[in-house]
This record gives sequence, C-alpha cells and structure tokens, in this order.
Amino acid sequence: MIKPRDDKEFQGCGIFGVMDRSGKRFNGEMIVEAMKNMHVRGNGLGGGFAVYGLYPKYKDYYCLHVMIQDWNEEAKMEVDRFLDANFDIVHDEEIPTNEDANVENPPLFWRYFVSPQKKGEDKKLSDDDYVIKKVMHINTKIKDAYVISSGKNMGVFKGVGFPEDIAEFFMIEKYKGYIWTAHSRFPTNTPGWWGGAHPFCILDWTVVHNGEISSYGTNKRYLEMFGYYCTLQTDTEVMAYAFDLLMRRQGLPIEIVAKILAPPMWDIIDHMDEKKKKLYTTLRMVYAPLLINGPWTVIVAHHGEMFGLTDRIRLRPITAGEKGDLLFLSSEEAAIRAVCPDLDRVWTPHGGEPVVGRLNEKALKKVIG
Amino acid sequence: MKSHLLPDFVVERIEERCNRCGVCVKQCPWGVYSWNEDKTEILIDYTKCVGCQRCVVYCPNKALIVRPYPGSYRPNAYWTKEVISDIKKQAEQGGVLLVGTGSDRPYKVYFDHILLNASQVTNPSIDPLREPMELRTFLGRKPDRLEIEIDGDDVEIKTELYPNLVVETPILFAGMSYGALSKNAFLALAMAAKEFGTLFCTGEGGLPKDMREEYGPVAIVQCASGRFGVDPEYLNCAAAIEIKIGQGAKPGIGGHLPGEKVTAEISATRMIPEGTDALSPAPHHDIYSIEDLSMLIYALKEATNYEKPVFVKIAAVHNVAAIASGIVRAGADVIVIDGFRGGTGASPKVMRDHVGIPIELAIAAVDQRLREEGIRHKCSIIASGGIRCSADVVKAIALGADAVYIGTAALIALGCTMCQKCYTGKCAWGICTQDPNLAKRLNPKEGAKRLVNLLRAWSLEIKDMLGGMGINAIESLRSNREQLRGIGLEEWELRVLGIKGAGE
Ligand code: SF4
Ligand code: SF4
Repeated sequence: MIKPRDDKEFQGCGIFGVMDRSGKRFNGEMIVEAMKNMHVRGNGLGGGFAVYGLYPKYKDYYCLHVMIQDWNEEAKMEVDRFLDANFDIVHDEEIPTNEDANVENPPLFWRYFVSPQKKGEDKKLSDDDYVIKKVMHINTKIKDAYVISSGKNMGVFKGVGFPEDIAEFFMIEKYKGYIWTAHSRFPTNTPGWWGGAHPFCILDWTVVHNGEISSYGTNKRYLEMFGYYCTLQTDTEVMAYAFDLLMRRQGLPIEIVAKILAPPMWDIIDHMDEKKKKLYTTLRMVYAPLLINGPWTVIVAHHGEMFGLTDRIRLRPITAGEKGDLLFLSSEEAAIRAVCPDLDRVWTPHGGEPVVGRLNEKALKKVIG
Repeated sequence: MKSHLLPDFVVERIEERCNRCGVCVKQCPWGVYSWNEDKTEILIDYTKCVGCQRCVVYCPNKALIVRPYPGSYRPNAYWTKEVISDIKKQAEQGGVLLVGTGSDRPYKVYFDHILLNASQVTNPSIDPLREPMELRTFLGRKPDRLEIEIDGDDVEIKTELYPNLVVETPILFAGMSYGALSKNAFLALAMAAKEFGTLFCTGEGGLPKDMREEYGPVAIVQCASGRFGVDPEYLNCAAAIEIKIGQGAKPGIGGHLPGEKVTAEISATRMIPEGTDALSPAPHHDIYSIEDLSMLIYALKEATNYEKPVFVKIAAVHNVAAIASGIVRAGADVIVIDGFRGGTGASPKVMRDHVGIPIELAIAAVDQRLREEGIRHKCSIIASGGIRCSADVVKAIALGADAVYIGTAALIALGCTMCQKCYTGKCAWGICTQDPNLAKRLNPKEGAKRLVNLLRAWSLEIKDMLGGMGINAIESLRSNREQLRGIGLEEWELRVLGIKGAGE
C-alpha cells in the first residue's frame, strides 16, 4: 500500500451530491455529467461515488466492498477466511468492471453481503460496532486488502482516474440509488493509490470533502482519545471520524454538529439571547478540539439524509439547488445547472449553516422501514 | 574575614556629564554611591553594585555606565569565575547560596529549537486585521460529551457542567505572593488582569482584605504548604483555588519569607504575627500521597460549594507525566506545570540550577500521557516557567498547553532587570521589597498600564502567528504539533516533543 508521505495530504477537489427526497432511485448518469462539468477541479489522481439504495435485494445485510491491491491472491484468501470466521456470508461476487475503461492497474474489487456472527467478548458489541471492528482489522492487519465501504444497501466505487473514468470502469450508469455523492481529487502531494480516493466510508456514513484542515493535529489527537486512529493521514478521515463520533455515537443532529465543527464567532455568540448564548458557549467550550479550522466543504450522507457544510468563514463555499424533490449540493453552481438548468431555487449558504436533505416521511418508511 | 571575592560590576561615570545632582545616591539601595563629608563629591564603591541599572536609567545627565566587571581569573572553561566565586562565598559564609529569579544556566532552550508553520497556496492564511481571530480560552474540566434534548426550536443541555474560567487571552499571571512582592506590584498585576480579562494568581501570601471585592473575581488564590491567609472568605471571593505543591525554581523545598518583610499589613493578610519568619514547609504535611491530595481538592471544593475550579501546581520533574495523570484522577480541574526556568523570590542556588526539567518537554509528555489515558479533556494544562515572548506562548500551546502563566516577563514589564537580588528585600525597582521608600517607586496604575500593553502586544502577535497558519481560533492550535518542526534536536528530543524535524 502506498501511504501518503507527509503529515497529511494537501488537496483541492470538486464535490457533488444529489438526493431525491421522495426516495425515488435514479441512475448514475446525472452525477457523472455534473462531475465532467468540474473536470478541472481534479487532476486524474482520484475519483469516486457513493450510492444509497443500491442493493434493495440484500438491504438487511452489510455490504462490504473490498479492494485487493495488485490482485494479491493470498490477501483475497485471507479476507475470505476472515469474513467466513466472523460473519455469515449470504452472497459474494466480483464487482463487475469495464476492462476498456481509461484507468491504469486497477486492483481487484469484490463485494460480500454479510451478517455478523458475534462470539465471546464481541457479543457485547452492537452490530455496527462489531462491523467497524472487523473492518479495521482487515484494513490494518491484512496486507493489500482494504474495505472501501461497509454499510447496508449502499456502496462506494472509487479509484485513481478522473471521475468519469472511474464511472466508466465501474459502469455506474447501471446502478440506481436515491442519494449519489461524488468526489474528484487534486492531491498535490500524494501518489495516487486506489484506496486513497474518496468518498471515505464507515458503515453507511460517507464523506466527500474538499479543503485543507489547519486544525488537523488538534482534531486528530482529540479523536484518538475516543479510539479513532487516523491511519490514512487525510483530512477527510478526520472529518469522517468527527461525524461518526458526534452523530452516530453521541446522537447529536447535524444542526448541532454544524455549530461544533464550524461554530459562530464569539462576537456573534456574545450578542445572542441568554439561552442561545449558553448553548453556543457550552458547545464551543466542550467541543473546542473538534472545531475544524481552515478552508473546507463537506458533503456527508447516510441512509435517509444528505447534508452539506462549509467552514466557519466560508473559505470554500458550497452551492445548493432545489428542483422538486431533488436537492443538489456542489462545489460549483455551473455543475448543478449543467444537469438541471431550470432550478426552483439556488443559493450559497453561510459558513457553518448546514444544508440538509432528508427523506420525506413516506419515503423514509419505504426506503429504511 | 577579608573577602576574596572579585566585584560583579563596575560603575563608570562620564565626568564631564555628571553635575553632582545626587540622584544616584538616592536611587541606589545597595549603598554604592555616597556623598563625601562636605557634599562636594559623590564617591563610588562598585564592589556593592548588583547591576540593577536603576541609577543608569534615572541619571538625568546620562552620565553612568554599569557593566560586568572586566577583571577576571585566568580563563578556565571548567573552573569558571562563577564556580570560583561561589566557593569563595561559601568559604567565607558557610551557608546555602541564595538567589532570586529563574535559572540563568546555559541549558538547551527547546523553544529556540522549534519553528512554526505558515500557510502557502493549498490553504489560505487569514488576515487578523480583516478577520476575527479568537483567543478566548476556557480553563477547567470538560465532560466526555454533551447530552442535548431538542424539542422543536428549544434546545436544552442535559449534561451537568463543571465550573470553567474564561480568559480573553491564554496568558495569566503566575503566583507571586504579596510579601515577596510589594503591595504596589501585587496590585498592578491584579489591576491588569481585571482590565484585560485574564486572571492573576495570588501566590501563597493571601489576598489583602481591601482587594477582595474588586479583584477576588480575577484572582486564583493559592493554598500552599504554609496555608498563609487561607480562610473561607479568601477561598470564596476568588475565581479559582490553586493548591501549590511545587515550584519550578525550587522543586522539593519550601519557602522562607524573612521576618523583616512581615510588616503589619502582611502579617494581617498572612494571618501570622508581625515580624516573624513565614516558613512554608517543603511538603504539605497533610499530603503525603495522591489520596491525601484528592482529599484536600475535595475539601476545597466542599468549602466553595463546587463552584470553583481547583488548580494543582507542580514543578516539572522527571516523572511529571505520571504525576499529572494522578492529579487529574485526584480531581484537579487545572494542572499547572512549572518548568525548571521558573522564577522565584528566593531559592537556594543549587536547587534552582540543578533540579527539574524544561517546560517544553514536560508539557509534551504530560499532554501525550493524558491523551493516551483518554483524560486530557478532564483538565486544562497551564505551562509556566520561563515563557519569554508570544512565540513561546504559541509553541507551548501547540505542544499541548491550554494557556500559560507568566511571572518573570510580567515583572520585567514592571521594571525588573533580572539582577537576581529579590531575596534581599532591597529591589531598586520597588517590586520585591517591603521598604516603603522603595515600594513607592512603582506606581500601580502605571505598572498595570505596562502589563496591559504587554498582554495586548503578545495577543496581537499570537493572532498574527495563528492567521499565518490559517487558524482563527486558539483552540485549533492546542496540541496541533503538526504546526511545529524541530531544528538542531536529537531523535529522542523530537520523540518526546512529538514533532518532526524541519524539512521532514
Ligand atoms: S543603582 Fe544598581 S546599578 Fe546603580 S550602582 Fe546601585 S546597584 Fe549598581
Ligand atoms: S524583582 Fe527587583 S530584585 Fe528581583 S531581579 Fe527584578 S529588579 Fe532585581
């Protein structure tokens, strides 16, 4: 595995997300078109997609997308053995790819639909925590094997190349989902490797991110206290773990989390009414080490919800657009207009103000139920 | 006995400038200058000069130069002039050598081997003149997480919070007692802390009653081994309480304020008889173990209704990381680590110069240890001892401190010239003295102004450095060791500091 050489990677990127809030699934053509429009935001060293509502047939099983570097047969066998020992594998197959696509040295991709088989001490863990533990094991202990997504009824497709090449390689126009997010990378200091592309995923949480975090060391060292080790040394990883800690483990809603990661200035807080002031002051006091400083934009998704957020002084803006049930989030407005010229509404939210898309109630029952 | 010592300084007078005004005679408390019998000539006995430079600054005709005595023994890199003089002094006096201020020995200064980062291209720097740059800092224990209940627009915090202190800059004034300091110097610190929105620590000499109402809310009141001046009103009028276990300038030993310095007001404040020596024992005689410390912490919390954070101050010694971890578990809200450069009013020279470890290494080790144990958020860390400039503040915070204490730097702002004679009670600048004629040289208002200026200047510089790193809130610097690089350091030093070498 080629690891980044520096403390962390430096990069510029393009990100895009689209969600149908009625839960209707649509294929990947639209998002590929949008990413093509932002071609120059990447440099061909990384592209990827996350799709929700991807495997309705196996929606009750965790789906692991596993990447085997250099087609290492031993790694594949070890993964098989490990999964067999820790899960019930209800189905597994090679992820179909297009050999004519414009990518170099692609690794082997395999997907497994599994349900946890907990034994001994592990019985105390929730299913989610169990899956995380096993995924961490594969990623850190099995050479050349890497789990790139691990949620139910969703999946990540990513690799080295422009997003449109990666899309062609995985033939993503064949897949359907009700949320799609995508990422195009412009790393300035890391050699391209397939696992280093984005989206970044734990369970069904995915993060695509653009920017450079100047508080990286502070955030990383705080997250370590809660058992998150930033092995990839990327900013995105810090972002993903912060969302996992605050939203999944601590159960805070995005509206609150936004005020932790990108809090308002003290000048503004000092002029709030007493109750609000106390809330915002306490959030900043307790979660100071999770203030994410520097320029960034992020699109986060998990089942039922997609949201976008920018840094507290909006050094990397995000544009949001709406058309009926469709919600778009993008690094650039032009990319949204390229796929949906007649928007109902388009706006650029303030720094620290999240744009949240949620499935409407009917859809929620249907999709997640 | 005839003294064999060489003088420390020599005083030169430029005769054509001197008009025999007599200012130097008045200004020098050390007896260097004296009038001859018919008051026509001023005589100079430079063997008494300590190099405080008071006369030089106040000579209206700029006629004086005070410089180190140029005469010397045969140069010897091992048996230096200092070594030879110390032996001669002890041979003549047969006692412990006393000194004031922090160690002046040329040990490695780690701050000077650490360089800061700045943003270029991939990340914009932030202009502090145009954008807000936040230095507000909270000191105290934080919960593991916040539980929040949301009901429509109404958001309620369910988690019970621990008391925290707010300072508008991460710089506080270190404990320096009334007794060691003159009332004017002590007052200047209190006034400056109040004006700037930070805190001052009383040191172990209590807080005079007439200052409690106005300055109690910006005071960290100390409870040291002598328990001077500790009563319920003292504890309750303050912002926080600091249990002083040790001090960087003299780890492992107590303190001694000579009876001559115990004036009526000091005796009232310390609650000891006038004119008696104020002796602080080396240990607290009710703290012989970590459980005992915990009992005192909770006794103080009980006494103040759990409304005030309790600080514990220790000297940076070899096992500082393990000790700090114990202190957090014992219930302290803030740990003050005082490095071996920390100042003092009086310390045996041998302790000051040979005991303890540098603050930079201590902070890095403590922060790392508390993180490994998952308890770093349960306390704040204050780095103390030898902070000389805003860059030291930034480096200390990036290594893992929440804030810093300054002592020596504050005194220098008030006029101190580091002559190291604080223990004599004759401070020419009116800082470390109870002689009313000397103390009145320091005007508390003007002193406070100098201190506020210093805090403002350093805060502005910190904002510049933060902006350069692309950071707009001080909390994003804390433990952000990626912003630091070492230069001229060995592998083990980089490892302890947790930083990379420059160019890596
Ligand atoms: S005032 Fe200070 S510098 Fe001047 S002669 Fe006296 S001791 Fe020396
Ligand atoms: S406080 Fe006074 S006596 Fe002490 S070092 Fe400074 S100038 Fe000298």
